[in-house]
Amino acid sequence: MPKITYIQDDGKSNTIEVANGLTVMEGAVQNNIPGIDADCGGGMACATCHVYVKEEWFNRLPKKEDGEEDMIDMAYEPNKFSRLSCQILVTEELDGLVVSIPSKQV
Amino acid sequence: MIKTDTLIIGAGPVGLFCVHQLGIIGLKCEVVDNLDKIGGQCIELYPDKPIYDIPAVPECTGKDLTDKLIKQIKPFKTNFHLNERVEEIKKIEKKWIVKTNKGTEFEVSSIIIAGGVGAFEPRKFPIKELQKYEEKQIFYSIKDKKIFEEKTVTIFGGGDSALDWAIELSNKSRVILVHRRDEFRGMQASIDKVNNLNKEGKIEILTKYQLASVKGNEKIDKIVIKHDDNSFKEIKTDHILGFFGLIMQLGPIAEWGLNLDKKNIPVNTENFETNKEGIFAIGDICTYPGKLKLILSGFHEGALAARGCFKYARPDEKLRFEFTTTSKVAQERLGIKK
Repeated sequence: MPKITYIQDDGKSNTIEVANGLTVMEGAVQNNIPGIDADCGGGMACATCHVYVKEEWFNRLPKKEDGEEDMIDMAYEPNKFSRLSCQILVTEELDGLVVSIPSKQV
Repeated sequence: MIKTDTLIIGAGPVGLFCVHQLGIIGLKCEVVDNLDKIGGQCIELYPDKPIYDIPAVPECTGKDLTDKLIKQIKPFKTNFHLNERVEEIKKIEKKWIVKTNKGTEFEVSSIIIAGGVGAFEPRKFPIKELQKYEEKQIFYSIKDKKIFEEKTVTIFGGGDSALDWAIELSNKSRVILVHRRDEFRGMQASIDKVNNLNKEGKIEILTKYQLASVKGNEKIDKIVIKHDDNSFKEIKTDHILGFFGLIMQLGPIAEWGLNLDKKNIPVNTENFETNKEGIFAIGDICTYPGKLKLILSGFHEGALAARGCFKYARPDEKLRFEFTTTSKVAQERLGIKK
């Protein structure tokens, strides 16, 4: 299974195996990784699963769909590596993906 | 003090249908919601977007669904207290006393929390020190646009609120519009208008910038904005407006002694009561094994919670299960004349 690394704002990191077909958000929530709230449950209707994707990974991810960028406008401290983790689908190609979690979501 | 059977917190679809379920078993309720309109997430997040999984409704928008629910509960003539947030609850003997931030007080035998993921509030600038300038120089909503006349106003945001206010205020103020990326989201007509006003020199547009800090002591004199390329720019401004959409905050509900699982309230699935007697939770805010955050699940939860409220409202009566198709009493309550 692909391994995904979640780095907390305080530097602590968790690397976990996330099954193909789940999202990076679901991987975090199901494994009790703190800092990803996912209030809307993955519907791209909030911005509380916001993560910063590590630079070398950012362009390797499938592009954002319409609406994700609009939602990121409403995230806490977005930057050019911001993504909504509910919109990143885990596949073998993402083995080793590293995302950082913002200091807060709301 | 308003005395009624049940208070519903949250006027989203689940809260609305629960009004119906209370109504047909003869219980009265009032509804409080922090938004300025009825409909909750349906009306705030996706009024025009389609929903495909309401039973027997192949397709409807958030607004359609809200309108139909409002129509369905019309017979019960329910009072809605909008723009109000429940702040405090306390139990006195067998009643719950509930107070809102506007000072409205209720005495009820039960409370149903149908608050979604919490109350909608404007998202603010992430810089903590800015709080002391709120409602003086920093605003997240506009009540009186006159205060901006002949002043320099810096607007942050890229959606319809930011665009609409940039257009509106550019008549009588110097407007600087700052957004974190080049593209604006919002109605094309508004985007075109802002771009035209920009060409005419009436609105200055700065993109790929975000607020970094403010300068000044008692009063903000200047703000510093940071570009994506890490360069900084100083702007002299009188007022700062932020339009970053709404976030949902659990708010005071977290202080009521209810068990919480992350941001959700665990309930039993028999009647959706919480760990506090007489307080129920339904819809997105409640959690239990197998919970699905679907509107249709919330309808079911509301039906059971309404019946759970009955024993507190009418302790000496027995509730008999009836169908609206055949129950004369239920039909009378619905105002149906035959």
